[in-house]
Amino acid sequence: MDAAVRELSYAQAIQEAMAIAMDMDERVFLMGEDIGVYGGAFQVTGDLVERYGTDRVIDTPISELGGAGVAVGAAVTGMRPIFEFQFSDFATLGMEQIVNQAAKMRFMLGGEVSVPLVMRFPAGSGTGAAAQHSQSLEAWLGHVPGLKVIQPATPHDAKGMLLAAVADPDPVMIFEHKLLYKMKGHVPEGHYTVPIGKAEIRRQGRDLTIVATSIMVQKALDAAATLEGEGIDIEVVDLRTIRPIDRQTVIDSVKKTSRLLCVYEAVKTLGIGAEVSALVAESEAFDYLDAPIVRLGGAETPIPYNPDLEKATVPQVPDIIAAARDLVKGVR
Amino acid sequence: MAGASKAVVDSRANLPFVYRQYSPEQLRQVLHKMYLIRRFEEGAEECYMRGLIHGTMHLSIGQEASAMGICMPLAEDDQITSTHRGHGHCIAKGAEVSRMFAEFFGKTTGYCKGRGGSMHIADVAKGNLGANGIVAGGIPIAVGAALSSKMMKTGKVVVSFFGDGANNEGAFHEALNMAAIWKLPVIFVCENNGYGMSTSTARSTAVKNIAERAAAYSMPGVIVNGNIFSEVAEASFKAVERARAGEGPTLIESKTYRHRGHSKSDRNRYRTKEEIEDWMANRDPITLFENELRDFGFIDEQGIEAIRDAVAKEIADGIEFAKASPAPEIATLENYVYTEHA
Repeated sequence: MDAAVRELSYAQAIQEAMAIAMDMDERVFLMGEDIGVYGGAFQVTGDLVERYGTDRVIDTPISELGGAGVAVGAAVTGMRPIFEFQFSDFATLGMEQIVNQAAKMRFMLGGEVSVPLVMRFPAGSGTGAAAQHSQSLEAWLGHVPGLKVIQPATPHDAKGMLLAAVADPDPVMIFEHKLLYKMKGHVPEGHYTVPIGKAEIRRQGRDLTIVATSIMVQKALDAAATLEGEGIDIEVVDLRTIRPIDRQTVIDSVKKTSRLLCVYEAVKTLGIGAEVSALVAESEAFDYLDAPIVRLGGAETPIPYNPDLEKATVPQVPDIIAAARDLVKGVR
Repeated sequence: MAGASKAVVDSRANLPFVYRQYSPEQLRQVLHKMYLIRRFEEGAEECYMRGLIHGTMHLSIGQEASAMGICMPLAEDDQITSTHRGHGHCIAKGAEVSRMFAEFFGKTTGYCKGRGGSMHIADVAKGNLGANGIVAGGIPIAVGAALSSKMMKTGKVVVSFFGDGANNEGAFHEALNMAAIWKLPVIFVCENNGYGMSTSTARSTAVKNIAERAAAYSMPGVIVNGNIFSEVAEASFKAVERARAGEGPTLIESKTYRHRGHSKSDRNRYRTKEEIEDWMANRDPITLFENELRDFGFIDEQGIEAIRDAVAKEIADGIEFAKASPAPEIATLENYVYTEHA
């Protein structure tokens, strides 16, 4: 196959990144629940245990708190663990070690240690798994200084950002939307990194900036393609990292388009859209705004089981189209 | 550590473990360090009372034999995780009191450059990965450090200190289980001082002895009198040998007592004056060890006086060092949140 057009799924891209990381550095190892012979709940680790053995692909007991703490301890003492939470919802069980220990250890010890830890969180709704297996909790962790929090939206970025995370001396939390795992896209062979802290403009436009995260990036692109037929020209910014956030790319885009729509799956209130809105409102881009800033986020409810209710909980392409159209036409 | 010569060992054949295992000079050093822990905490307490140190602190006065006994068989590059009551562990693992005082005073010369204070005191160079403000927070971290030791084949042993309160945290149970299934070189040391803040172990804990928890994780559970240095050191020595041999973890319950309250807010309403006075008068670990050393002829009054004087000077010098050290610049507030890139 032509290397230039080689396609992998998002899950395969992550798996390839983990294999490359383990090949490059013997300190890198994987930990998580059922990531060995089972291959991980979403088959992200797949057959890696056959290639790297049970010493480097470690099945943990169902002990999220203890497992997270073991990963923190290993990271502080010279190893480079990649820890998989089976579902991002289970971060709630390991929160103590993530928030009180991993995030603060370097600071509390006056810079005497680093915590080169990667944690992966399969996140988001759309699988019919209901309220305890469908949440988007990235903003929780994004609120904690000491952590870096990323949300790759493409197979290319899933690989490159994971390799950047493994090379990073600080704890990096990766939120992977479960509906993206099967998404296919171009993924270069070999080692490359995509920088943490840099947003990417996925589509250039002049009428409206949509700042989207994770799966909402593709939905925003789909909406933009539809609206192009109506003569509405949308710029889509893939935020990619929510801590540290790339303020400048957002500000520059809004200065160009004069309108801002934030689209994210997590519960709307007190979410990443509030932060993006505020950073624009606090910047020189405020003077360029021709319309109020609009946020499209998850409903103020847990994720329901019924598929129609579930879809209605989070922004869908028609919601984005309607909001964007209203914004550009001055209805809002 | 170097053992005693054979001739000396023979003459001590009937003495407790440490007197057979370690040289008289090493044991006098232990007494020195026990005094150093005691006087450090008394000095810190006095500085707090005088308003020189802010925040709070948790004193381990009365628990010195436990810290020293556990650390006695450890090598310098062995590692520990500690607790909110961690000053003794820090000194026992080799920290300098001057830099500890500097940390308590919030100065840049402190072990954590003034960012951690009493509750996060650490000395990474000597293997102390840090005290911890979260009960049981350090236990899984110690297991992770032991996993590093096993994977990197460094031969390091890791000790996790925690209190009786931690034995009812989920992290304790999850961590012990993982250490056991993976046979990691870690030693769990529960310093049971009878009270988790105000709640006695009798009221909080379903088992009579916390060491019994070890059975659930198929590891040895050992109970020692935490106020008798030799008993603690002997249990630690055996656990270290087991860990280094790749045989897995041990849970040691070191039964002890804190003379002071839980923290500086404690009004001591949950225990009697008589109970506290009994422990102070009859079971003080420093008095017990000092008496043994004297009775067995390892030290005389003059030697004891020399230790006390030397410690007093170290403490006074340490406080002066802390006072004279610079405070951090406000402009450095966000340092150490992330690793600085060159």
